[in-house]
Amino acid sequence: MHKEYLTVSNIVGPLVIVEKIADVKYNELVEIEDSRGHLRRGTVLEVSTDQAVVQVFEGTVGLDINQSRVRFLGRSQQLPVSEEIIGRVFDGSGRPRDNGPQIIARRRLDINGSPINPDARDYPSEFIQTGISSIDGMNPLVRGQKLPIFSGSGLPHPRIAAQIARQAKVLGKEEKFAVVFAAMGITFEEANFFIEDFRNTGALERAVLFLNLANEPAIERIATPRLALTCAEYLAFELDMHVLVILVDMTFYAEALREISAARKEIPGRRGYPGYLYTDLATMYERAGRIKDKKGSITMIPILTMPEDDKTHPIPDLTGYITEGQVILSRELHRKGIYPPIDVLPSLSRLKDKGIGAGKTREDHADVLNQLFACYARGKEARELALILGEAALSDLDRLYLKFADLFETEFVRQGEFEARTIEETIELGWKLMRKLPKKELKRIRPEFLEKYY
Amino acid sequence: MRQGKIIRVAGPLVVAAECLGAKMYDMVKVGHLGLIGEIIELNNDQAYIQVYEDTTGVGPGEPVVLTEKPLSVELGPGILGSIYDGIQRPLDVIRARHGEFVSRGIEVPALDREKRWLFKPVKKPGDRVLAGDIIGHVQETPLIQHRIMVPENGDGEILEIKEGEFPVDEIVCRIKKDSGQVRELNLFQVWPVRKQRPVKERLMPFEPLVTGQRILDTLFPLAKGGTACVPGPFGSGKTVVQHQLAKWSDAQIIVYVACGERGNEVADLLLSFPELKDPNTGRPLLERTVIIANTSNMPVAAREASIYTGMTIAEYFRDMGYSVALMADSSSRWAEALREIGGRMEEMPGDEGYPAYLASRLAEFYERAGKVICPGSEERIGALSVIGAVSPPGGDLSDPVVQATLKVVKVFWALDDRLANMRHFPAINWLQSYSLYRDSLKKYFAEKVAEDFVELSQEAMKLLELEAELQEIARLIGLESLSYKERLILETARSIREDFLHQNAFHPQDTYTSMRKQYLMLRAILHFHHRASQALDEGREFSAIVSLEVRDRISKLKYLPEDEEALLQVEKEVDASFKALQV
Repeated sequence: MHKEYLTVSNIVGPLVIVEKIADVKYNELVEIEDSRGHLRRGTVLEVSTDQAVVQVFEGTVGLDINQSRVRFLGRSQQLPVSEEIIGRVFDGSGRPRDNGPQIIARRRLDINGSPINPDARDYPSEFIQTGISSIDGMNPLVRGQKLPIFSGSGLPHPRIAAQIARQAKVLGKEEKFAVVFAAMGITFEEANFFIEDFRNTGALERAVLFLNLANEPAIERIATPRLALTCAEYLAFELDMHVLVILVDMTFYAEALREISAARKEIPGRRGYPGYLYTDLATMYERAGRIKDKKGSITMIPILTMPEDDKTHPIPDLTGYITEGQVILSRELHRKGIYPPIDVLPSLSRLKDKGIGAGKTREDHADVLNQLFACYARGKEARELALILGEAALSDLDRLYLKFADLFETEFVRQGEFEARTIEETIELGWKLMRKLPKKELKRIRPEFLEKYY
Repeated sequence: MRQGKIIRVAGPLVVAAECLGAKMYDMVKVGHLGLIGEIIELNNDQAYIQVYEDTTGVGPGEPVVLTEKPLSVELGPGILGSIYDGIQRPLDVIRARHGEFVSRGIEVPALDREKRWLFKPVKKPGDRVLAGDIIGHVQETPLIQHRIMVPENGDGEILEIKEGEFPVDEIVCRIKKDSGQVRELNLFQVWPVRKQRPVKERLMPFEPLVTGQRILDTLFPLAKGGTACVPGPFGSGKTVVQHQLAKWSDAQIIVYVACGERGNEVADLLLSFPELKDPNTGRPLLERTVIIANTSNMPVAAREASIYTGMTIAEYFRDMGYSVALMADSSSRWAEALREIGGRMEEMPGDEGYPAYLASRLAEFYERAGKVICPGSEERIGALSVIGAVSPPGGDLSDPVVQATLKVVKVFWALDDRLANMRHFPAINWLQSYSLYRDSLKKYFAEKVAEDFVELSQEAMKLLELEAELQEIARLIGLESLSYKERLILETARSIREDFLHQNAFHPQDTYTSMRKQYLMLRAILHFHHRASQALDEGREFSAIVSLEVRDRISKLKYLPEDEEALLQVEKEVDASFKALQV
């Protein structure tokens, strides 16, 4: 039995301070029983000789100072795992929410995980075809990458994420595949959209869901993505599966972190977010990857909504510094009725270079990609110029570029929600658009490819 | 060993009591797991310790063992080609022993104790030596000869020196000091990371660090022994620039510190370096490289230490008389580690929550770079160049880390989001960037590259500046309002940008350009400009000039091999096509 303390001295926001403790460890799991016998859980954030600061996942509503019973469990938070975990739905703290039985644990894993030894990492190089041209063609995703979607409120990021989950495949291979989905603070409707979509496509049988909805305790969100990633690590590195992890919405996660930081009266960094937000996010994002001599992989698509569509807000900013690129959604394209509204110019995939080319996608992919970027950028510049000076003031060449930019958006970027284009189709589409420009404008394409494909 | 007792644990900060007599920056072992930490503040008998490993499961009452030694690195054969964490633990050995994930409380010597090295002495018994003198060599890799030096305070007379194969910790030499004491030397030394290694004299840099990156070498050169910083928002290509420098710069030793960055980037280095060949010697680049990898998910305090670990190793190779380049990617993550620890110690924050001593720590760090005469009686010259990446939030250059860095570095390569979006790489903004070494390197360029190299690069700079002004005018009142001369400037500037400055790091030929080829490329572009300008004076059609076929040849120069003849050929073609125009 664990020792029980009745020595709560202070309750602030999500924090409970317990006095006169003995033998308590940092980051230890805590159980708090309130006066009506309900159990809540938390972890130790700070401990000194006679006092522990505990963060309570389920919130502190209804806790009192006199009758709360606190037990320190002598271990950090763990997730029980076994093969049976696939196809299950859990709440934000890892308890079943699908009326199914508890998981009979084959292993109990610490949800904080350990960093992957950089020396053990294998460089991601397998191209994942998502069937979406603006991703496959322009910002290709590879296995083991972490590629976030930077969205804004009201933009269709759930539909894009669902489309990726539905269509993603590695060319020419049939392998064990799973989806781990963690929802932090999103609405029931949004969560339900994903569940229904997974169900309709049969993906639910290969999925594990961790849901913390908007009306559920905010502090629980701190644990939710870690549970999901612990589960993903088990599936990938012990059961040899290729795992796609979708985390929505990281903005709510960061806000929960800020709440705790504020309650602890820590010195804030930018916009009130704690100074360790970068490190904290990194300990999650960096759990994606591949490991040498292991078959499985973790590919991660975190989704976050940028407050006021501002890319320099700390959450997207710090995320962008950790992840290997980003897919940015554009309100302007969305307004024009273009789905998916992916703004390809500021979007980026850092790992594309080893994932594309001969034998992987097509020999001319890299050149086509660079050329399309350059042409579209020039076309957009021409469009701005036309706005100021009128289209008549443009040179003939600039008018061609302007036309190119329009076509690029309506034909290349725009596609159906259930349309899966092969990579050949995407590259050919790129060539079709580039043929509208004079051959010698295509400077980023090697002469031999120009000869062969123009 | 003496012990204290933990009284508080808050993340990476641990406070221990009963530590009377402990010294600042001494290393300690924390808790039953023996996690490695360093004392960063003392208050009566209490020691504030930053712990280099995750402190989960550590609690009050556990012991803290005082080692009474500062955090140090081992310097000797076996460093090259290694990958270390922030406190010089070899990650490859850790992986072999403990698996794919980094666990805690691991103690592994930095240098392999089993491996035997062939030691060839160059001194003999009876020779007098000073600290810093070379007593013998170990061929560490086919590329690099490791010079074994007399450590600090080792002045004296050699009593005995051995030749043969030895592990690093076997005694190979005995020196009788002037005090009569006998000092025994093995193949490695131990040096505290926060202490600068001494030099005999500092010199002014006069030689460029050739990187093969055209915009850097031609427009904003860095000197050997100089300092540079590369700030930019995410996605602007900081890491690619750093990797390119690590791959192609003509330093003899590369120390790459991946400080709080992505694990996959380190994997990229590790997988590509054994295959990439040094352009000068044809040997794998890994043979001259040391990687310090403390990725963003590894403990934050070790991140703070990692740049010092890298710097000390770099200084050690500099002392052997090598030209060393240290890349730190990224110093912002290091500053954040400083901020995080500072915050936990409840220090009064300065700008943006960074501690008040941020600027002085940064200055101290960059000041360890330089071109120097190494200690010892032999007048060896070594150089240590430092290139730091900075990742300011939102790319905002008013960020305290950028500002503090700019005060001390001499070269500023400003990365630009807008260029990156247009996929113009390296996305270095030619209007914002600067190099304060341009003057001191003038002589070298004139002697070693070409007489008119500096003039050409200045002309190119001038054209780029004019372009920005003219574009502004064109944007306001239309391109038609510009004279043909002015429009020619726009055309040439565009050619400089697209055909010269733009460089594809992933194209096998384009990724590295020798100084000579850079010169010839730029000369061809400007040669065209001069001829075109002349043709305009003679009344030729502007549209005919800009649509000359030979411009296409100029734009493909970057893909030509390093062949003087072929490159010079293009200039002849330029002349020929202008002659044809006149008919």
